[in-house]
Amino acid sequence: MRDKIVCYFSAAQSEQPIIHLLVKNYDLVINILKADINPQKEGYLVVELEGERNKYNEGVDFLKSLGVIVEPLSETVVWQSEICIQCGACASFCPTEALAIDRETMEVSFDNAKCVVCGMCLECCPTRAIQLYFEIKEAVR
Amino acid sequence: MQKTYEEINEKIRRGEAVVVTAEEVIDIVAEKGMEKAAREIDVVTTGTFGPMCSSGAFINFGHSRPRIKMKKVWLNGVEAYSGIAAVDAYIGAAQLPETDPENKVFPGRFTYGGGHVIQDLVAGKDIHLEAIAYGTDCYPNKKVDTVITINDLNEAYLFNPRNAYQNYNCAVNLGDRTLYTYMGILKPNMGNASYSSAGQLSPLMNDPYYKTIGLGTRIFLGGGIGYVTWNGTQHHPNVPRGENGVPLTPAGTLAVIGDLKQMNPYWLVGLSYIGYGATIAVGIGIPIPILNEEILYYTTVKDEDIYCPVVDYFEGYPYGKAIDLGKVNYRDLKSGRVTINGRQVITTPQSSYPRARKIAQTLKEWIQKGTFELTCPVAGIPSAEANIEFKSIPDRSPNGITIKR
Repeated sequence: MRDKIVCYFSAAQSEQPIIHLLVKNYDLVINILKADINPQKEGYLVVELEGERNKYNEGVDFLKSLGVIVEPLSETVVWQSEICIQCGACASFCPTEALAIDRETMEVSFDNAKCVVCGMCLECCPTRAIQLYFEIKEAVR
Repeated sequence: MQKTYEEINEKIRRGEAVVVTAEEVIDIVAEKGMEKAAREIDVVTTGTFGPMCSSGAFINFGHSRPRIKMKKVWLNGVEAYSGIAAVDAYIGAAQLPETDPENKVFPGRFTYGGGHVIQDLVAGKDIHLEAIAYGTDCYPNKKVDTVITINDLNEAYLFNPRNAYQNYNCAVNLGDRTLYTYMGILKPNMGNASYSSAGQLSPLMNDPYYKTIGLGTRIFLGGGIGYVTWNGTQHHPNVPRGENGVPLTPAGTLAVIGDLKQMNPYWLVGLSYIGYGATIAVGIGIPIPILNEEILYYTTVKDEDIYCPVVDYFEGYPYGKAIDLGKVNYRDLKSGRVTINGRQVITTPQSSYPRARKIAQTLKEWIQKGTFELTCPVAGIPSAEANIEFKSIPDRSPNGITIKR
């Protein structure tokens, strides 16, 4: 199975080679999407974990056993209308028509409710008006 | 019926000029007829806003103390060409910082380049200026490392060697892998069709034989006022044209100039094309004086009557392989789907139609207010009767050839 999670570390936990242990002991493929970890400070890690279901669950249990708080990742796509130049390139890549063109005005609009956070629009926008935000809580001590 | 530039300008000064956009003129002429409309309408305004890589700005920094003859100069880490006088440079829109990873990890992001520098300059932002020199008796300084804004510059003027392309390819990908091009992302197996023109609003689509647009034509450029200075590079007017005179392939281009200090970052926007590079979106609007019925006729061109060639960017474009995929029109391109080889393909625009419309509207308002008068070109640019050969780089071996210099 494969899923994205957010791990919140305390200052003490950030000293441990957690990623190494996840790879070595649980045979997980790990893709670090975002990280803010500093020695002697609390931090967080956004990772995509991939592996066999039982190994995946054992790996997550291992993290929890260390006191790491593990939560599912919630991502949000944000369309910054003030940066957008209304070219409309994104709309042709959007599979759910969350980004859509009004064919009368040729103007682009974004409906967050339809967005499935596939990320295709991030690459094709030449002004980088579309950004992906990870919802990260205040790290816990 | 024949009007002169001076007669139209006199009406502009009196606030009586009848100005309509290249979209509005279509219905007006359909309703009133060509003859009546030509008498009533004085100016038709056009607009386009899209990526135009062949753009850049000349800058004079003023001198450091002691003086410097810049050998190399960087703005926010992006090199500007300094092989001209001591503190003159040209920052090109497609230039990248030397530290950019480019396509080493494919596809590269190209987050910042010359186009972004120009946008930041126009926005009045602080710019990191670095320069090095070898030092001379007249220019002893060897290094500049400082922060400037556009207000610290003596001159900063946009000078774009090729803008406002008259028509362009519709790009598809016949290959089996995703392509990252200047026409954006092209999905494999003709997964999308990318196009880049304002169609019926585009300046040169409305004056297909350049009968009013020439050297010295005053234009909307980057939110300010600019001028046409020459034909653009790769200007190729002698291509097949439709009955309406509009080229069926990319054809005419314009070189334009204007003072960057009166422009606006809303109309000069740095762009990053994944896997391709950095560039800039430029806003251009050109007024067309309705001197007679023929000129008016050209401005009534509609999206459905403008065709562009479908070109494969897997092999066709990069390797010059002739693959006939037919033509499509801009009405269908703007509808979101076109039919190519009997297949429905989703279309991907690169040029912003809403902003093109806004430019035509803005220019119309400037002329109506009397703040923008028309200029009569001092010389024309080569048109359809020209005999311009579209050249390529010759493939010759420099071995054994003595090049005298």
